[in-house]
Formats: sequence, C-alpha cells, structure tokens
Amino acid sequence: MTSLSDTGEFIAKKYEPKGPVVLDCQVNNIYYGDFRAVRDSHIPIEKNKVTGFIGPSGCGKSTVLRSMNRMNDLIDSFRFDGSIQYHSNDIYGKKIDPVVVRRYIGMVFQLPNPFSMSIYDNVAFGLRLNGYKGDEEEMVVKALKRAAIWDDVKDKLKNSGLSLSGGQQQRLCIARAIATEPDVLLMDEPCSALDPIATRQVEELMVELKEHYSVALVTHNMQQATRVADVTAFLGVDISKGGRTGYLVEMDDTHKIFEDPQQKLTQQYIRGEFS
Amino acid sequence: MSEIIQSSAPVIQYPSLEKNSLDIREFKNIFLTIMVWGIAIMASIPLFSVISMLIIEGGARIDFAALTEIPPAGFEMGGGFGNAIIGTLVMVGIASLISIPFGIMAALHLAILDPNSKVATVSRFLAKVLTGFPSILAGIFVYGVIVITTGTYSAWAGGVALAVLMLPTVTLAAEEAMKQVPQRMKDAAFGMGCTRTQVIMKVVLPTGLPGILTGVILAVAGAAGESAPLLFTALFSNYYMAELAEPTASLSILIYNFSGMPFDNQIELAWSASLVLVVLVLLFNILARLVGRSKFKE
Repeated sequence: MTSLSDTGEFIAKKYEPKGPVVLDCQVNNIYYGDFRAVRDSHIPIEKNKVTGFIGPSGCGKSTVLRSMNRMNDLIDSFRFDGSIQYHSNDIYGKKIDPVVVRRYIGMVFQLPNPFSMSIYDNVAFGLRLNGYKGDEEEMVVKALKRAAIWDDVKDKLKNSGLSLSGGQQQRLCIARAIATEPDVLLMDEPCSALDPIATRQVEELMVELKEHYSVALVTHNMQQATRVADVTAFLGVDISKGGRTGYLVEMDDTHKIFEDPQQKLTQQYIRGEFS
Repeated sequence: MSEIIQSSAPVIQYPSLEKNSLDIREFKNIFLTIMVWGIAIMASIPLFSVISMLIIEGGARIDFAALTEIPPAGFEMGGGFGNAIIGTLVMVGIASLISIPFGIMAALHLAILDPNSKVATVSRFLAKVLTGFPSILAGIFVYGVIVITTGTYSAWAGGVALAVLMLPTVTLAAEEAMKQVPQRMKDAAFGMGCTRTQVIMKVVLPTGLPGILTGVILAVAGAAGESAPLLFTALFSNYYMAELAEPTASLSILIYNFSGMPFDNQIELAWSASLVLVVLVLLFNILARLVGRSKFKE
C-alpha cells in the first residue's frame, strides 16, 4: 500500500477516479514563505460528485481547497508548486488570469459573507460582474430556488442580505456562488458556523447541487463527510520531523475510507483517536 | 394561648429596607449626582448662551435684504452679506472638489492597496500631524504658493487653503471607513471573480460609503467655519464675485471685519452672518448623521 518517494517521505497510493475528472489537482509543494504547508498530494475532483476533505487541524485542507481557485494568490508569501488541470488548462499556467479562474470555480466560505446589499443584488452580483445579457431576474430566482432559500426570501428580496439568519445567509452565499453557473463549487467548512438545523439544510443542498456542479468540500466533521461526500480524501500532518507539513494519506470512495481504511493513520482518525 | 405562640416563634430582625437620607452612602450618592448634573449644565452654558445670543441678536436682522444685498459702507444703513454667503459656498466647493478625490484615493492606498508600505506609514503619520496643523499656516502656505505667484488674492487661493485643511480629515475618515469593511466581504468578491478594481468599486466603496460621506461632510462643515486660512488668500470683497481670480468675500471674514467696526448696522449684520454660518454648519452636521446611517445593516 505504502510507496516511498526518493526523499523517504510517505506518498499516498494514487486514487483512480471512476468518472470524468473536472479538476485534476497535483500538489507537489505549497509554501507560505519558508513554511512548507502541504506536500505531495494528488487529489482529482470528479465531475458531478462531492469530494470531501477530512483531516486534523493544520493539515492543509483549506490551503489545498483555496489553491483550487487561486484565492491563495491574495496572500503575498504563498507559493504553489504543482499543477491543477482544468479542461486541459493548468490554472497555475503563466498565461492564466486568476480572476477568470474564480469565475468558473466558485467558492463558499466558512463564515457566511453576504455583501451589504439587498438579497436580490447579492445574487445578481456575479451576473452583473460578467455582463450577463439574458433575463437577470430569471437567473436570480433560479439560483435562489436551487439554493433552497427561495421560500424564505421571496417576499423580501429588497431587504438587506445581512438581515437573514446565519443559515439563510450561508444559503444566500451559495445562491450567489451558483447564480453564474460555475463548473466547480469549492466549499470551505460551510457549516461550521451554523446550527444543526441549518447544517442539515445545507447538507441536503450539497447533495442536490452535485447534479449540476462538482463540489469540493472541506469539513471538520466526519459524519458530514459520510453523509454528503461520494469520495473522501484524508489529509494528515507529519509532526515527527518538527514541521507541520500536511499531505494526502488516503483517498477513496467515502464508504471505503470509513469502513475499510488501508492506512493506520486513517483508522486512528476516523475512530476519533486524534483530531 | 397567644402568649405561648409569641414565645415559641423565633423573632427575626429584618434590616430596614427604607431609604434613609441621613445614611452616609445615600448622602454621597445625592452629592455626586448633583455634582455631575451641575458640571454638565455648566459645560453647556457657553454653548447655549452663544446660540441664544445668536438667535436673539442675529435673528433680529435676518431678512431677505440681509441675505442678498452687498455689505454697506461706513454710515450707510441697510445692506447685507449675500456676496459672503456665495463666496463661502464657492470656496468650500472648490476645496471639496480638490480634497475629496485626493483624500479618497489616498485613503484607498492607505487602507486597501498597500497598508503596510513605508509610503503609507509615513503619509498616515503626516496626515495625522496635519489634522492638528494651525489653520493660519495653511493660509500662509497658500499665500506663498498661489497668491504671490499669481499676484492676486482669489477665490482659488481661498479654496486651496481650505482644501489643505480638509485633506487630512477626509483621508483619515475615509481610511477608517474602508478598514471597517470586513475582510470576508472582500474575500467573497474575490471569490466571485472580481478584479482588485472591481472589489474596490463594487464592494469596498459602496459598503464604506456612509462612513466616507460622514467624514467628508464633517470636513466640509469645519472648512465652512474657518477664517484664518482665508485672511490672506481670499481676502475680502464688498461686491458679488464676477470671477474666481479676484478677492472674494466669505462669511467668517465678514464677521471678523464687521464685529470690530464702530457702526451699529455692521455689528448687527455680523450677528446675522454668524447665525447664518452656524445654521449652515449645523445643516452639514445633520446631513452627516443622516447619511451615516447605512441602508443595509445587520
């Protein structure tokens, strides 16, 4: 099972995707300044599936996710070594404009972050950004319906997006992210600031969303991964050599990871021996 | 029977819960309350006496003539300060046109583009120093730079002098307002595929707008009441302005000039002009409070 690179470091067995891959993410190294945050992880995101990322704190789940639409470019010291293939383009290629990448690979953040605009304007934001020529209202309504928040807000589209509850705000952010029909939706612990009821609504929504989009989901909650993810990647962190470098330990179908993990570290993690 | 009950039941001595004004704590409480109220009232006496004087003395002469006619000369009766109202508005307008764009762009640099660079640190420090800058020095600076080089006192020079005073206030207020825009909103905009310009235009400026406007309007109100920087930049004029490159009247200089004159008519006009100036500044302040309320609050 275990293969070793010539530096003697553990490298996970390659996961063979069963369907078409929309985002083929090969991380060699990710650095913040001199700090090596993530190494040697190959994580393909499959089309119309939910790919879950689990692992202990500091293992680089969010770093990998945020690398997938170049959000980390906003951090000065960030350096990415590797490639992320998206429709035969490497999104880290020299000619690639990160701004355009982010229009196709949308993101939902840990804390709900609606703009201080009306609910309608929040959802229409991306459409206007892209100079959408069609029926804007129709697209807004469609996004709100898909994000399962239409019934909550249909009578108050002119109200502030910030007037909603936390769970509603997060679904509004999802509606905003999907209004422009992105290919991939990156979700960085989207439920960690939500109560259980709102969490369930967002989880059900994720399962529905994969019909139209491919979803990459970082979660700190293993039960959430079992409920939502089709494929799960487990990232660990190697502190034995004094560093805090995260790496992929194992990636497979979710039921395989949780019922029959191959790596000892994975077994310990899903049994809750560390977190 | 009743005697037995009395002797068997334990008699509990409850403390008195009634107010006792002879108690030392109660006395301290009353004393300090009176002190606080008394000092607060004393502190507001100057404000209210000035305002009541303005309303009584200035209100007596306010009429259409006072607001529109030009100042009287010497022993003339009647007259007004219409030219000074126009002059003040024009010079504050020039100052706003200069200081608002420069101030907001400087604030963008300080708050968003490069907050930790050396240039930003130095210019932030200098802006803070400039807020405490004696306003008469702004006048001297502009006198040297504009009045001497163009050879004439002018509304331009007055406007620029006021702009020098407004610039740091606008910059620091706008920077503060932009910093208040939460990072997660900027993240959201970047995540939607905004360029940096779009993040600024579509999220940072609209979200920070109430705060920016409040700072701008307060700076305008402050500039409208300034007299020192206008003394040797705009000087004064007894006539309506015909062009921007000539000495121009302003309310504050008119008050300064007329209040020292030995003629009752001019002194009355100085009172009225003061009232107009205070009302103008008050209106700006109320406006600042109104726009300071964000439309989309949490």
